[in-house]
Order: sequence, then C-alpha cells, then structure tokens
Amino acid sequence: MNSSALILMISVQLVVTILTGWFFYKVLVTKPKAEPDSYSENDDVER
Amino acid sequence: MVKNTEAWGSRVGLVLAMAGNAVGFGNFLRFPVQAVQNGGGAFIIPYLISFLILGIPLLMIEWSSGRFGGRFGHHSTPFIMGSMDKRWIWKYVGVFGIFSNIAIASYYCYLESWTISYIFHSLFGTFDGLSQLEVAGFFTNYLDVTTSTTGIPYEALIFFLLCLALNTWILSKGLSGGVEKVAKIGVPMLIVFGIFLAIKGITLKAGENGAINDGVVGLNFLWTPDYSSLANPKVWLAAAGQIFFTLSVGMGSIQCYASYLKKNDDIALNAMSAGWMNEFVEIVLGSAVIIPIAIGYLGIDKVVELTGIGGLGLGFRTMPFLFEQWGPILSALAGVSFFGLLFFAGITSSLAMGTPGMGFMMDEFNWSRPKAAIGFGTIIMLLGLPTIFFFAEGVFDEYDYWAGTVSLVVFALLEAVLFSWVFGLKKGWREITEGADIKIPLIYRFIIKYITPVVLILVFTGALIRPANDDWSNFNPRKWEFHNESIIGQLQHKGIGPNKEWFADVFYAESSGIVDSTYQLRKKHFISVSKTGENGAVQSRQYRYSPTKHYLLVKPGDEVNTGNTLFTGKVINRVFFIDMARLLLLSVFLMISGLVYYAWNKRTKEGRNEI
Repeated sequence: MNSSALILMISVQLVVTILTGWFFYKVLVTKPKAEPDSYSENDDVER
Repeated sequence: MVKNTEAWGSRVGLVLAMAGNAVGFGNFLRFPVQAVQNGGGAFIIPYLISFLILGIPLLMIEWSSGRFGGRFGHHSTPFIMGSMDKRWIWKYVGVFGIFSNIAIASYYCYLESWTISYIFHSLFGTFDGLSQLEVAGFFTNYLDVTTSTTGIPYEALIFFLLCLALNTWILSKGLSGGVEKVAKIGVPMLIVFGIFLAIKGITLKAGENGAINDGVVGLNFLWTPDYSSLANPKVWLAAAGQIFFTLSVGMGSIQCYASYLKKNDDIALNAMSAGWMNEFVEIVLGSAVIIPIAIGYLGIDKVVELTGIGGLGLGFRTMPFLFEQWGPILSALAGVSFFGLLFFAGITSSLAMGTPGMGFMMDEFNWSRPKAAIGFGTIIMLLGLPTIFFFAEGVFDEYDYWAGTVSLVVFALLEAVLFSWVFGLKKGWREITEGADIKIPLIYRFIIKYITPVVLILVFTGALIRPANDDWSNFNPRKWEFHNESIIGQLQHKGIGPNKEWFADVFYAESSGIVDSTYQLRKKHFISVSKTGENGAVQSRQYRYSPTKHYLLVKPGDEVNTGNTLFTGKVINRVFFIDMARLLLLSVFLMISGLVYYAWNKRTKEGRNEI
C-alpha cells in the first residue's frame, strides 16, 4: 500500500475502533439508574 | 382495553437494537462503492465531518424526541411530534415516520429474503462450478419470479413470504422478547462474520486460488486519497447522503425505540455508542470485504466497471463466484458468512421498521401486539408483492427512491426545524442532557440549531436540483439540466426514454446499437440490442416482446437508434408501472394520514388530548 493510503486507513480505523470500544465500555460499566428505570431485566418484580 | 406495556430488557439490548437498526446492507454494499466513486480515501473526510455535524445531531434529536413523546404514552412520530408542538401540521409531518418504515420494509424484506435464499444456495453448493456469467445469470433468473432455480416454483416469492413470516413472528414477541433477543445475537454474529471475511479479503495472495491481486491492492485502491475530489460538491453531497442512510435517521424508528425510555434514563451515551458501533461496522469492516476480494480476483478496472451497477449487483451477482475460488468447504463457509452478515444486518433493520406502525396501532386503536404484528406483516406483503412481480419494470427502484431516499431527507429536515426552532433548543437541550451519562460538548447547541438544518437544506436542495453529470460548476438557472435522479428530473420522467405513454401501439428502442439477436429464454421472447462503449465494454439492452401480440420491425444485424420503432402492437410501458408505484405510495401516505386524523378525533372524544 502507498504510505498516504496506509496512514489514512490506519488512523481512521484506529480512531473509530477506539471510540466505539470506549462508548460501549461506558455503557457496560455505568451503574443503572434508580428504579423505576426503563429496563425490565433488572426489576425486582415483574412489570 | 389493551395498554402498550412494551419495555426494553436491558441497556445493552437497547444499544445493540439501535445499532442493528442502523447497520444494514448499505454498510457493506453501499459505503465502499460510494468511497470508490467519490475520491477514495479522501471521501472519509466529508463523510466524518457529515457524521459530526449531521449524523450525531440527528441521533440526539431523534432519541430525545422519542423519549419526550414516550412520556405522554406516544410511540410513533405523528403524536410524538404532536406532543412537541400543538399545531396540527406536525402530526401529519409525523406521518412520514410511519410511512417510510412501511414502504421501505416492503421492498427491504424482499432484499432480505435474497440473503436467506443465497445462504441456502451457498450451503447446498448451487454455485459450485458456475462461471462468473452463470452466477450473474442466476441472480437475473432469481429476480424473474416465475423462474425456479431450485425446482421450487415461485422461489423468490416463497423466500419473501418466509422472511416476512419470520419478521412478523419476532415482532409479535415484543421489544425485549423479540427485537432485543435478535439484536443480541445478530449484531455480534454479523461482526464475527465481517471480521472473518475481512481477514480473508486482506490476506488474499496473488496467484493463490486464481487471485490476480493481493488483498491489500483493493485496500490501497479504496483508501488512496484523491484530495482534489474535495472541491466537488457531488462528493460532499454523497458523503452527507451516506451518513444519512447508514444511521437510519429520518425514518421514525429511532424515535419509536427511544419512546420506551423513561425521563431519567440516559440517551446521550446510548446514542453515541449505537452510532459509533455503526461507524465501526461501516468503516472498519465494510471497507475490508467486497472491494479487496473483488479486486483480488477481478482487478481494478473490472471492479470500477461493476461499481457502476451498484453494491447490490456486486454483492449478489459477483461475490458468490469469487467465494467459489476458495474450494467447496471454504466457499460455503464464506457464502454463509457474507449472506449471513447481510441477513443479520437486514433483519435488525426491518424489525425496527415494524415497530413504529405497530406502536401507533397499539397506542391509538388498542391493538394487541400479535394483532399489530400480523397487521404489519399483511400490509408489507400487499405492498411488497408489486416489487417482486414488477421488479424489472422499476417498482422496487421507485419505492427505494421516494420512500427510502426523498422521504427521509424531507422528514429529517422538518424534524430538525421542529426540534430546534419550534419546540425550542432550550427545551431540546434539556431533553438531550437529562439523565446523560456523558457530557455533550456545548458546541452541539450551535450545531443542532444552525448547522444541521442548513446542511439538511443543502442536501435536500442538492437532491431536488441535482444537475446532469453532477456538474455544479456552471450554475445558470436558464440552462440548468436536471440529473435523471434529481427529484425534479424524476417528476419530469427524465431518463424514461422515448416510450412515454402508459399504453401504446408501438414500442421504440431506448438505446442505440445493433440488433444482435432475437431469442427465447424461459418461454419469453427478447430482442437484444448491443453497442460497444468507449472503454471497449459491450453494453446490451434486452427488450421483451410477445410474438403473438407484436409485429417485429427489426431483424438481427439492423442498426437502430434511440426512438426507432422496434415492434408494433399493444404495449404497456414501464412508465405505467412507475406511475402506479408512485400512486400506491401516495395512497399509503394518505391512508396513514387518515388514520392519524381519525385517531386524533378519537383521542379528543376520549379526553386523552388533554394529557
């Protein structure tokens, strides 16, 4: 690959992958809000 | 009375469902072709800028509008928009948010059914030993619904009905029990399939299994930047259009999904996570599959020629042949992976298209979830059948153009105006940041209020008056020639050729060339007119006729020009089917508007508009 294509591809893909991973990681580790929240799986009782 | 009690099971499920809604066929088939046609690697610059100033703001607007409307028990855009401003017009603007989903789903499910069929054919070795022309011919035969490729009569129709039944069944299971479960399986699976194919594509070696180029040649071709292309408005409009379609904004499905969120739950982080996940699939995986593999086997010139027929053609006419070069086991695995990833990309999107219409019927007419799902399946079947039976007459393309392109831009523009200028950005910003788990940069207040609407106006204007040959350099209103695919060009039937009447007694040639044959295929009769293009490629047009109804005025070897008579006798021209498709879409829009009007009156009588 020529260097301009290689640099562009790696830098763009790296930025996109890191941001995707970081946002999804934040979704996974952020503590759920106090009940009643929007999600049924963490409810104490069935809705 | 049945109450809409839908809820998401988990936050991860919601994010994956939203990401699945965004990830579609376009990520793998449209994005790489757009990049090739618009400056290679340089395309990524306007593309990412569009994502920041158009994509993210629209995601924020749609997530927050949906959550706001959901607070009042609304789960579809007519009443979500109606809750943001009481003027009657917004309810009818919101009709776009149901109409687009229904109209798009009716041809999208057909497209999705091709992937199920191709998984079946990959597994059972249908493509084994076929030449490239034969694989391409298989697709043409498949689209001719009366032809059977496997011995199953009306095979394309059966796979469509199977696909529709699957969608209906999943939708009948609800958000957490159906849509979310599919997203939790489908999104990871399509990423795994994508990674497998990307590795295979990039590690192709010239000389092995018939490859003529290394896989990196394709990557090099795709990513080599032509910065001079950035001066062309066409490239910027293409980038904005790609961001638009890849994120599934302007449809109403995001609002519907978000309407099941409670006031204090985050939308900012969820929206960013789902949006960036779509970008990962598109930029990282989408760029590493079809172009590297196709260039590896066919070379750059051939692939540039094939991109002219679009990503769908490349995906279904060419890829199965290329996979065959890897031997029977690996080709079956690659076929299942490629069409499997397209299937998961498709079904997670088509399910999202089902929810706004279902939400509307459940909210307003107290329909149960299974009844709403069956209602959705039935209308999709009725609207989808014309796209199957009259595919060659252009009905599929009409649906895609008016519902899948124009409606989205119009709706996004109007919802951006409503959110920023009517509902007001002060309230809007409070909606976006309420319960947010990340801090949204303040610059987005300015972008959402000023930049995004202006960009949307430019995108809409670009689509409206797109010039012939995409030449924006000589702006002269008096001499402006519209592109065949501009909105005005479409309304004027530009590009329809000389057969402009619905019904006629004579059929004219729509292209110039030599009549190279008259032949019979699958009990149908055709005239083939071919000419050699400037690049040496032979371009052929086939015209169907009936020997019992038509009298041929040409014979093999005759030279014909566009507009010359090919045969006489009663003819129903393509323009008839195109206009009927448009009328059908317009009727659907008016029918939904009527339902909204009826529902509004019903609400008023029941005192529910006071909420």
